[in-house]
Amino acid sequence: MTDAVETNREAGTDAAAGVLLPKMPRREKLLQVIVPVVALVIGIIIWHLAVTINQVPRYILPGPADVWDALWNDSATLWPALLVTVRITFVALAIALIGGAGLAILLVQSRILELALFPYAVILQVTPMIAIAPLLLIYAPDTQTALLICAFIVAFFPVLSNMAQGLKSVDHNLLNLFELYGANSWQTLIYLKIPSSMPYFMAGLRIAGGLSLIAAVVAEFAAGSAGQGSGLAFRLLESQYRLNIPRLFVALLMLCGTGIAIFGLTSFVSWLVLHRWHESAIRREN
Amino acid sequence: MREGFSNQVCYVTDILAAPAEAGIAGRRLVVTMRDVSKLFSNGTLALKDMSLYVKAGEFISLLGPSGCGKSTALRIIAGLGAPSSGTIDWPSSKINKKGLPEGDVGFVFQDPTLMPWADVFDNVHLPLKLRGVPKGEARDRIMEGLAAVGLKDFAKSYPRELSGGMKMRVSIARAMVTKPKLLLMDEPFAALDEITRQKLNDDVLRLWQEHGVTVIFVTHSVYESAYLSSRIVVMRARPGQVFSDLEIEQPAERDRDYRTSETYRHTCQIVSDALQGAIHAAEVRP
Repeated sequence: MTDAVETNREAGTDAAAGVLLPKMPRREKLLQVIVPVVALVIGIIIWHLAVTINQVPRYILPGPADVWDALWNDSATLWPALLVTVRITFVALAIALIGGAGLAILLVQSRILELALFPYAVILQVTPMIAIAPLLLIYAPDTQTALLICAFIVAFFPVLSNMAQGLKSVDHNLLNLFELYGANSWQTLIYLKIPSSMPYFMAGLRIAGGLSLIAAVVAEFAAGSAGQGSGLAFRLLESQYRLNIPRLFVALLMLCGTGIAIFGLTSFVSWLVLHRWHESAIRREN
Repeated sequence: MREGFSNQVCYVTDILAAPAEAGIAGRRLVVTMRDVSKLFSNGTLALKDMSLYVKAGEFISLLGPSGCGKSTALRIIAGLGAPSSGTIDWPSSKINKKGLPEGDVGFVFQDPTLMPWADVFDNVHLPLKLRGVPKGEARDRIMEGLAAVGLKDFAKSYPRELSGGMKMRVSIARAMVTKPKLLLMDEPFAALDEITRQKLNDDVLRLWQEHGVTVIFVTHSVYESAYLSSRIVVMRARPGQVFSDLEIEQPAERDRDYRTSETYRHTCQIVSDALQGAIHAAEVRP
């Protein structure tokens, strides 16, 4: 007894060992998969029943089976189109990430530059992108480039503003610490400001990921480009004109899948970077 | 040497000749603060004509009520923020281009101020990394430093996985890893519970005795200062300056028995009276 008290006193409350991240129980994990899947399946069954019982014509609302058939029959047309849209989305996102983060770094280094570029940033951000699309179609060398620029402009600002906010939100004590140890501004940027703004950057990434897909689709609607090498949005419009509603549904499903994939990917990247240290990536346990 | 806006010039020899400051043992001066005032941009006069001479190997506590400018004084001693007037110098340190002591100061903030994205090893590595110490050499020094604060097994842990006391130990290890001449501590244990605080007090005392580092320790606790210090500088508020300067006779071995001894109680009494005097002095003069 006395021994136990003694060790306790020696250790103090300070000896609390490193807290390991709590593991989710298996039941909880299983639940997380089963519930959404079952809900989705029920939704599809209701859809199927609604179409067959009411005898809704295919050209108004196709059943799940029709959409499934169309997915296989039209894949020769739709997959290349999906690829075009995905390429625009990802290239735009990549340029937006590099450009947005890079410009944010420049902006926080120089107050003059920040003030000078501020009006441009606001103007570009508040103008609905779709309204610039016709102009871009005139100026850009080809439609693909115009679409790329549109998607880039939309995805760029969430990255820029989030990153700039992050770079400015560095803990003052840590800044003092770096100053105390004689860090130059380059070292402070690399070892302090950039890592510390990662949660903000990741928030920007997740917004930009979704937006770049939306922008790619909307820009394609605006461009209305036809023929070879056109994206999924055009195929969607085309299906509507031809009243090929099952194909329209397939195109929609593909866009939806792409959106989910982008969301999953950006969430995963965010988790990868933040899961060891940031509150947002750690389960709260009381 | 760092000068404020007044045209006072600091002559080191002059200070050494001053009987009160030269010290009976004739030990080297580590910090000389002469008539330092600090006026913040919001109009607060944090320090007014404060002078302090710190000799090598001392354990000084800056004790005072909140708002007496003790933390401001510590920051000025660290070279964080120049004084508004008066001079601060580090006579036994190499002074770099910015007029600051190079690599001779370790600082422990009130918060542990660790980088949450880096593990314990990397946090302690920071001062060495900023100074370009080769990796192999740094590794040994870091592990040695972690062992000295009892955290050898936690090198790969992240700050959020540690208790408050352990984070503080990491902060101390980081401050000590450069083997500084001067260790500055700004109310380091104020947020910790009593048991952890006493344990860390003993750790700091041991580091001070083993490494011969000069410590300036800001606190508002009479008991903490009376337990640790070889000299207690009591500060008053409005204006922030030295109120009384007490040399404390301390036994080399201080432990739990010392905390309950008559000597310790007596020291606490003297220090407490001085602190009361400082508080009273600030109240009577508007």
